Amino acid sequence: MNILVCIKQVPDTTEIKINPETNTLMREGVPSIVNTFDSYALELGVRLKEEHGGKVTVMSMGPEQAKAALKECLSVGADEAYLLSDRAFGGSDTLATSFILANFAKQLENEEGKFDLILCGKQAIDGDTGQVGPEMAEHLGIAQVTYATDIKAEGDKTLVKRENDQGYDWIEVLSPAVITVTKSDFEPRYATLKSKIAANKAEIHVLNSKSINIDVEKCGLKGSPTKVKKSYTPKKENNGIIIKEETASASVQTLMRLIADKKVI
Amino acid sequence: MEITNEMRDLGDLIEKYFKNEVDPVVAEYDARGEYPEKVYNDLIEMGLNLLAVPTEHDGLMVDHKTETYIAEILGRHDCGIASAIGVNNSACSTMNFFGNDEQKKDFFGILTSGKLAGFCLTEPNAGSDSASVKTTAKLDGDEYVLNGTKCFITNGGIAGVYIVIASTDLSKGTKGLSVFYVEGNREGLIIGKHEDKMGIRLSNTTQIIFEDCRIPKDHLIGQEGKGFVYAMKTLGTSRNFVGGMAVGLAQRAIDECVEYAKSRVQFGKPIAYKQGIQFMLADMQTQTAAARELAYHAADLIDKNEDYEIYVSMSKLFASDVAMKVTTDGVQIFGGYGYMKEYPMEKMMRDAKILQIYEGTNQIQRVVISNIMLSK
Repeated sequence: MNILVCIKQVPDTTEIKINPETNTLMREGVPSIVNTFDSYALELGVRLKEEHGGKVTVMSMGPEQAKAALKECLSVGADEAYLLSDRAFGGSDTLATSFILANFAKQLENEEGKFDLILCGKQAIDGDTGQVGPEMAEHLGIAQVTYATDIKAEGDKTLVKRENDQGYDWIEVLSPAVITVTKSDFEPRYATLKSKIAANKAEIHVLNSKSINIDVEKCGLKGSPTKVKKSYTPKKENNGIIIKEETASASVQTLMRLIADKKVI
Repeated sequence: MEITNEMRDLGDLIEKYFKNEVDPVVAEYDARGEYPEKVYNDLIEMGLNLLAVPTEHDGLMVDHKTETYIAEILGRHDCGIASAIGVNNSACSTMNFFGNDEQKKDFFGILTSGKLAGFCLTEPNAGSDSASVKTTAKLDGDEYVLNGTKCFITNGGIAGVYIVIASTDLSKGTKGLSVFYVEGNREGLIIGKHEDKMGIRLSNTTQIIFEDCRIPKDHLIGQEGKGFVYAMKTLGTSRNFVGGMAVGLAQRAIDECVEYAKSRVQFGKPIAYKQGIQFMLADMQTQTAAARELAYHAADLIDKNEDYEIYVSMSKLFASDVAMKVTTDGVQIFGGYGYMKEYPMEKMMRDAKILQIYEGTNQIQRVVISNIMLSK
C-alpha cells in the first residue's frame, strides 16, 4: 500500500499557558510535538505497511522547525518526509491549508506513485477545527471517512472502523480515500535509539510555493476567507462534581448525603 | 558541558519512555524486589543494550559523553535499571578492548538478538581483593572447564552472555587471572540464589555457579594471565557510568525536595522560607553541579583518549558520595514523610548506597587516585 500521512507540528498543550491579556497561546519555551491524532494516523499507516508492504510518506506544512516533527515521524516508521515551507503559506486558514496540501499530494504522486490512502489526524490539538482532512478529500474529489480508529485492507477493499456516539461502524470505502484518525486502541510505538539516529541524519525534502507551482492567490492570508474576530478563553463553570466511591452503593450514599446537605430534598 | 542536539534527541526518547512506562511502576517493583520484565524487553527493543556495541556489529557505539548523559537520565528514574545497562556496557567494553573479530561477532550477536550481558568478577571471598578469585578455568583439549562461584552478579539469570574472570593458575594470584565469555545457556552455568538487596531492586542480581562448565578454547579473551589487567582497564572507563547515574539520582532528589519545600507548610509558611532548608538545598545543588562537571569531564577525556583513569575514579567517587549525601539530606528535608515508603525519597537513599560500593568501592577509588598521583 502506498500511504500518505499528513502531520502538523503543534505545541505540547499539556505544557502550554494562555496569555491572559491577548488570549493567545504562549508558545515561547513550550516543546513542540507531532499532533497527537496525527501520531495515531501514522501508527495506523505504518501498521498497514508492515502487514501489506508498501511505503509511508509523511508531509507537513509549516516553518523550518517543523522538520523536527517530520524526523520524529521518520524514527517511528515513515519512509520519506516532505515539508512545505513558504512565507506565502503563512496565515492560511483550513481552506487554504487543505488547498495547498491537496495540490501537493497530487504532485507528489509523480514522485511517490498513486496513494491508496491519505491519512490525517481527526484534528490538531492547537486549532481543533477538524476541517483540513475532509477539505482535502473535497479538493481531491475522493472519498473520505472521519473518526477512524482502525483500518483493514482486504484485497481491493478498505474497511474503516469509524467511531460514533453509540459505538462504531465498519465502513467499506473505495481507494483512494482520505481517512481522518482519532485515538485508537493501540498506542503509537516508541522510536528506537537506532531509528532516532538514522532519522536525525535523514534528509527532509523542503519545498516552497515555486517548487510546487501553486496559485499563491489561494494560499496564505489572501486565500483564507476565515477571519478571526476575537479569541477568548471560555469561562470555566465548575458546576458538576464526579462521585466515584469504591462501590456503586457507596457512591449512591455519598450522593444522597450531598443532596440532603443542600436541603434539596 | 554542552549537550548536543543528537544527545538530547536520544535522551528525550528515553526520558519519555521512563516517564510514561517506568515511573508509575517503580515503587511496586521496588517493594517486590523484582525486575520488570516488560520494561527490560522494551528497553532492549529500543536498543539500550547496544550503546557500547560497535556499529559494524549492528550496534550504536555512542561516545562516552552521550553514554554519561544517558546514565544521568536513567539514574534520575531508577538506578536498578541503570545498573543493568551499566554492567551490560562494562561487559561490552571488555570485548571492545580485548576481543578479536570472531569473538566480537559472536558476543555482540547475542546482544543484537535481544539480550543483555553480565560481568562476573566478584566472589564471596574476592570483592576488592581480586587476587582471591577462586573460580578456575582449566584447559582440557579444545575446551576450558570452569568451576567456582560468582556472587552479586547484575543481570544474573537474564543475561544472554557473561564476561567471566577466572584463574588459569591459582598459584600466580592476579597474574593467574584470565577473561572468558560464556553464553548464558551453557551447560554447567547455574543461576544461584536471587539476592535480596537494600536498593537497586529493579535490577536482577544472583549468584552464578560454574560446575564443570565447558566452553570452547576460543572463548578466552586476549591472553591467559592478563585477566586482572583487562578487568581493571575495563572498569577504568566503565565506572564513569556510575558517576553519571549518581548525578541523575542526586538531581532527581533535589528536584523532589524543591517541590516539597515549596508546598510543605509548617509554622504558617512553606518550609522553603526557612534558611535552614535553603542552605541545604544550595549545598545539594552545588555539590551535584560539581559532580556533573567531573563526570562529563571524565567522559570527555575517555573520548579523547587522554589520561582519563584518575578522572573516572574521581567522578565515580565524588558523584556517588554526593548522591549519598544529597539523598540523605533529601530524606531530612521530607522529614517523617521522607522516611515513609509512600514517598520517593527513602528509595533514593537506599539506591544511593550501592553507588559507593560497587564497580570498585570508594575506598578502592581513593587507592587508584592516590596511586596515579604518587606514581608520577
